[in-house]
Amino acid sequence: MTKYSIFSLLRHARHHHEKWPRAWRSPEPKGSYDVVIIGGGGHGLATAYYLAKEHGITNVAVVEKGHIGSGNVGRNTTIVRSNYLWDESAAIYEKSLKLWEGLSQELNFNLMFSQRGVLNLAHNQHDLRELARRVNANRLNGIDSEILSPEQIKAFCPILNTSPAARYPVLGASLQRRGGTARHDAVAWGFARAADALGVDIIENCEVTGIRRADDRAAGVETTKGFIKAQKIGAVAAGHSSVVAAMAGLRLPIESHPLQAMVSEPIKPVLHTVVMSTTVHVYISQSDRGELVMGAGIDGFTSYAQRSGLSTIEEMSAACIEMFPITSRLRMLRQWAGIVDVCPDASPIIGMTPIKGFYINCGWGTGGFKATPGSGWAFAHTIAEDRPHPLAEPFALERFSSGRLIDEHGAAAVAH
Amino acid sequence: MGVQRQRLAEGGRIDRGHSLDFTFNGKRYTGYAGDTLASALLANGVMLVGRSFKFHRPRGILSAGAEEPNALVQLGAGARSEPNLRATQVELFDGLEAASVNCWPSVRFDIGAIGDRLSRILPAGFYYKTFMWPARLWPRYESLIRGAAGLGRAPEAADPDRYEKRHVHCDVLVAGGGPAGLAAALAAGRTGARVILADEQNEFGGALLGLRATIKRGRALGWVADAVAELAALDEVRLLKRGMVFGYYDHDYLGVVERVTDHLGPAAEPGTPRQILWKVRAKQVVLATGAHERPLVFADNDRPGVMLASAAQAYVNRYAVKPGERVVFFTAHDGAYQAALDLADAGVRIAAVVDLRPGPEGRLINKVRGRGAEVIGGHAIVAVHGARRVSGVEIMRLDYTANGVLGAPRRIRCDLVCMSGGWNPALHLFSQSRGKPRFDPEQACFVPAESARAVRSAGACNGAFRLADCLAQGFAAGAAAARDAGFGDGEPPAAPKAPEPESAPPRPVWRVPSIGAKARGNKHFVDFQNDVTAADVALAAREGYDSVEHLKRYTTAGMGTDQGKTGNVNALAILAQVTGAEISDVGTTTFRPPYTPVGFGVLAGRCIGKLWEPARLTAIHQWHRANGAVFEDVGQWKRPWYYPREGESMDAAVRRECAAVRTSLGIVDASTLGKIDIQGPDALELLNRVYTNAWDTLEIGRCRYGLMLGEDGMVFDDGVTSRLGKNHYHMTTTTGGAARVFAWLEEWLQTEWPSLKVYLTSVTTQWAVVAVAGPNARRLLAELCRDIDLSRAAFPFMSWREGTVAGIPARVFRVSFSGEVAYEINVQSSHGLALWQALMAAGAKYGVTPYGTEAMHVLRAEKGYIVVGHDTDGSVTPLDLGMGWIVSAKKRDFIGRRSLIRPGIARSDRKQLVGLLTEDPREVLPEGAQIVSEVRPEPPMPMAGHVTSSYWSPALGRSIAMALLQGGLARRGETVTISLAGKNVRAEVTEPRFYDPEGERLRG
Amino acid sequence: MFLIECPWCGPRDESEFDCGGEAHIERPADPAELSDEAWADYLFMRTNPKGRHRERWVHACGCRRWFNIERDTVSHRITAVYRMGRKPPGRR
Repeated sequence: MTKYSIFSLLRHARHHHEKWPRAWRSPEPKGSYDVVIIGGGGHGLATAYYLAKEHGITNVAVVEKGHIGSGNVGRNTTIVRSNYLWDESAAIYEKSLKLWEGLSQELNFNLMFSQRGVLNLAHNQHDLRELARRVNANRLNGIDSEILSPEQIKAFCPILNTSPAARYPVLGASLQRRGGTARHDAVAWGFARAADALGVDIIENCEVTGIRRADDRAAGVETTKGFIKAQKIGAVAAGHSSVVAAMAGLRLPIESHPLQAMVSEPIKPVLHTVVMSTTVHVYISQSDRGELVMGAGIDGFTSYAQRSGLSTIEEMSAACIEMFPITSRLRMLRQWAGIVDVCPDASPIIGMTPIKGFYINCGWGTGGFKATPGSGWAFAHTIAEDRPHPLAEPFALERFSSGRLIDEHGAAAVAH
Repeated sequence: MGVQRQRLAEGGRIDRGHSLDFTFNGKRYTGYAGDTLASALLANGVMLVGRSFKFHRPRGILSAGAEEPNALVQLGAGARSEPNLRATQVELFDGLEAASVNCWPSVRFDIGAIGDRLSRILPAGFYYKTFMWPARLWPRYESLIRGAAGLGRAPEAADPDRYEKRHVHCDVLVAGGGPAGLAAALAAGRTGARVILADEQNEFGGALLGLRATIKRGRALGWVADAVAELAALDEVRLLKRGMVFGYYDHDYLGVVERVTDHLGPAAEPGTPRQILWKVRAKQVVLATGAHERPLVFADNDRPGVMLASAAQAYVNRYAVKPGERVVFFTAHDGAYQAALDLADAGVRIAAVVDLRPGPEGRLINKVRGRGAEVIGGHAIVAVHGARRVSGVEIMRLDYTANGVLGAPRRIRCDLVCMSGGWNPALHLFSQSRGKPRFDPEQACFVPAESARAVRSAGACNGAFRLADCLAQGFAAGAAAARDAGFGDGEPPAAPKAPEPESAPPRPVWRVPSIGAKARGNKHFVDFQNDVTAADVALAAREGYDSVEHLKRYTTAGMGTDQGKTGNVNALAILAQVTGAEISDVGTTTFRPPYTPVGFGVLAGRCIGKLWEPARLTAIHQWHRANGAVFEDVGQWKRPWYYPREGESMDAAVRRECAAVRTSLGIVDASTLGKIDIQGPDALELLNRVYTNAWDTLEIGRCRYGLMLGEDGMVFDDGVTSRLGKNHYHMTTTTGGAARVFAWLEEWLQTEWPSLKVYLTSVTTQWAVVAVAGPNARRLLAELCRDIDLSRAAFPFMSWREGTVAGIPARVFRVSFSGEVAYEINVQSSHGLALWQALMAAGAKYGVTPYGTEAMHVLRAEKGYIVVGHDTDGSVTPLDLGMGWIVSAKKRDFIGRRSLIRPGIARSDRKQLVGLLTEDPREVLPEGAQIVSEVRPEPPMPMAGHVTSSYWSPALGRSIAMALLQGGLARRGETVTISLAGKNVRAEVTEPRFYDPEGERLRG
Repeated sequence: MFLIECPWCGPRDESEFDCGGEAHIERPADPAELSDEAWADYLFMRTNPKGRHRERWVHACGCRRWFNIERDTVSHRITAVYRMGRKPPGRR
């Protein structure tokens, strides 16, 4: 792998950048792999990378029906944080955040991970109570999290409307300073390049059409490029989890919903942190290009179509102006939707299935991007060792029959 | 003051009698009504107007419309300032102030242009490869990147303007008012169909406004005027000029933004909405959105003074402005020749027409030759001179592959280069409608293929570039659309003749070759705004970013404010070329709404400020306000939180309010409680199914507390339900849960239990509820109510009576949320205030004290009453609450029952509700504090639960708390530790009942 | 923004409705009889099909009636609207 640095940039500048190699190869699939990962999104590529790097399993293929990163890793609002309420969630998201903190260097790909802080606003007594509960839990879990007063919030984020006369005045906020944003596409590319360098085959434009089983074991995947034999199969196909699971004869507690998002035209920096509000129902940050990036809730119906809608955008605009009055004359540049797979308890499913050698990682809902490295880490371990990583264990599919759900609705109603 | 030295003496669609003053970058100029800012600047000889996003390269005006990537301005100052507007679309008004964006200190001298000097080490995606070492410096690098990026500036204050929305339905929506759109609207309108014709410009006519075309032997614009007049006279036709159709959503739902006052500036009538968002549901849609001229990708094609040929033509014809004195045309097709003739007629000297095709021939071309212009076939521009304004070009002969050039360069002096690579149909709305485009190799452009919805494309957006075809397609599409919407027979009117010389299609040379260093393509701009070059496209492909979406995201081509209207097709064609793929296989990126940017203000409409989630107020709200209540938001309601007296702290007020209830008399507005009227022979059965307890024994006149679970076994809501008659009940819910419970009951009834004969009516706001509580509650009520026997025996706890209170018909419920004798008096909402005032007046002798939600919470916590959503969070079962007594063992089924016996739910180590008494009675635990199961000097520490409710109890003279604690039901008497930031607090685990545990007082 | 044909009120914008998820999931007659797995299947497992889907909607800001819709989850085309308790089209 050509190392990326200012020096390699200068060296290649001599050749007018005409000698840069491919960031990842474009191989044809081999007949057989130790592990086939279905889905070339962030989580799938991260899984492949950690399989190779942490577990020495390099005979791995990532099969992706389009181009890598064409799903949610390139459609989210790029927020990274770990200030989750429940211990189980906090543990995996915090592991993820720790991985994020060194990831650009580890992958040798600048993910533009920007720890500009994440503010979660409280607008009423109920919000304040939940905020305190979460911040206390975070602190005791060793996760940085603090409560800001309205005055401190104003100082931290001057363009926020903190007037007591607001319809839902800002009464307080939690701040996770280590939270922030990352350049979403780069996450897919960075993991792909690093995994490829370790020997992983990334096979784009290869759609899985079936999962072949031999008795109670998974045997391989049927694809548009032919059958690929596999010792183990990991399904990480956010937006299509139910479809892939159905190929293996599994039913999941998942519904797929569109999540709407938009960006404004680029403007000079005005917002230096990430602001989220459940009560006013929007979350917003400003990208390094200067665009305000916004998201809110999911559409109420199920869909696989990644279709933009107008009503959510209207509500999001109103919420944005309510919080940031100076944005009224800014303009929406682009809107889009991603398809998020939502579990009843707003927590993911990671782990084994009744089919031996078939593992699933899905149901991250609206919160998957921030979990990318942690999810890949825990899932790679689960596949390699054929038993759940401790971080993944609470998120087993089995919890839906036992009732041991991890209900994150309360703490993360505007999820993201 | 600038002089309009480039203005023609006559012609154009400007009003020379109406002169307008404006400033640009602080300098004063004049223009005319009918000008855009761009045309006015050109009239004043200003070509350098902006700087590019990445390298801050000097840029001029490229286009005359929505596709403009370069001429972005900051308009106005103060609260009405607006960034990134396209000067080509800003209509000039008197007093307009504009400035270039993204440059400092000035557009002529911009510090940021240092990036251009370094461009060799800053290719596409350079930032992914560097700024990683040392890691701790990344925030500084990032801050530099952020400062250099962005374009204009956000205003510094709230928007003073108002926006509106309108919902409309129509039979046929026509997007675009050029020849095809007008024809479609005419054909549809004449059938009597309800038609909306929307066009983004200030007048109809589309591209014809910038052309000298002929229809029916007359000027095309004469035909336009007739068409508009005819349409205006049709009752069912609505004409929306300045109405941009920006998005095509599901089920033929389209968004249109109408700019109502933007073109008027300060002259706008105060109070007029600035813009209107039209939300249109169309039965049929005709897209007549035209086409954008495609730039040629050649070396130095971004110099100020390089312009699209059709733009130059529009500036001459429509705005009577000469964009230059001496022009070189550079073209791939015949289209540019008409532009050349128009410019020549306006007095612009045609230095040469450089044609990529080897032997251009035809009537038009001969006409241009006849004007003395040199037509140079088979040649290409290989360099452009002039940094801030074009001063000349160098041309060379193309080799037969068009991948290289031959011979010696020849220099031609000029101050304007007009380029034309052909046309790109504006497929945005078509693609948003889920239509699939296909590449037409003949015309070298993408055209609509399959439509997925009730949509037809007509004219240039359908690949028809001849006027006669546009008209014919427009008429046909309009007539067919009307027919499909139920009007007319679909037979199109005869299209008028529109003679034009034959025109040959373009020779696509996607990347024009050059020589020397320039052959590398790193000054061949593809995306002007984001400085993406042909070399960047090649680099992306080389590195494997070779799908069209990767290309876009890696290079940022098409991600600027123009969303790639000029650059995208060139980018993907060059990608196809370098990867050896077919253009049709590369495909286009997704066209996402909006077509051009739409303001957040107009998207929000009136739903901001006071109208953003309007507050719900009770009938007694005015009294609370007048009497100094401090309010809290509970859901959408404003509820009195506490009533401080002059100089009184919240704590003191709450203690006083609590003491009044415990010792004499308190009064609280409980109107926000959810109320549902339940009637029907199966009402009882419904209650049995949705509550955990049994309801069979509840007699008429009695009330019972009930707990509802979700089907997952978790506590969902609670409240008291009273039996009003044999088949008639009155259910109450939590304030926050009212709408949810009501909808949920309806859902069960309609979807699962349609055979139950039960009818629900939400009566939350029909009743005002005032609760009087305290030892003197009965005495007070007795004074105002003569027709109810209030004695303990006749009107016991948990019963209700109908009667008259203060002369007002009322239902009186003897229920209590405070632990004292209490009556909840329900009267018709409109009598709520009268009732309250009567109670206050009569209660004065008892020192009646209004109390708010905070005191209410203290009182209920003293009693250990839970509040759903406060002591529960959707993960708590009745067993966890120690409320097993309310879960009927006899009933075989109720909602949620089955879930309670799942292994993960029946465990004894779940978090369960307990009381906590701190060792130090003065210590009031903060709500949300965590109980740790192991005390360590530093986190992490394992947690065992959290404090849900915590107050100072005036009745007990100490702090009290409720908490959810792991295995708590079995831990009474134990001491636990609560870890606060900075200290640990110890507390004893108790029953969650602190005051009058036997309930003697409330039955009293 | 879908256009939904309420069986009682006629065609209305989607914003007047709420979607209640997959249709034809009947509540078991005797939940106590079910295994934990079978109960979890009723409670949580969903078909979530890509393509033709039958789902329940309620005209929340109109007549407040529930009804069924057959809709394609890719094209979003609504192919049938039918009242509660009725069989879906094409099924006997």
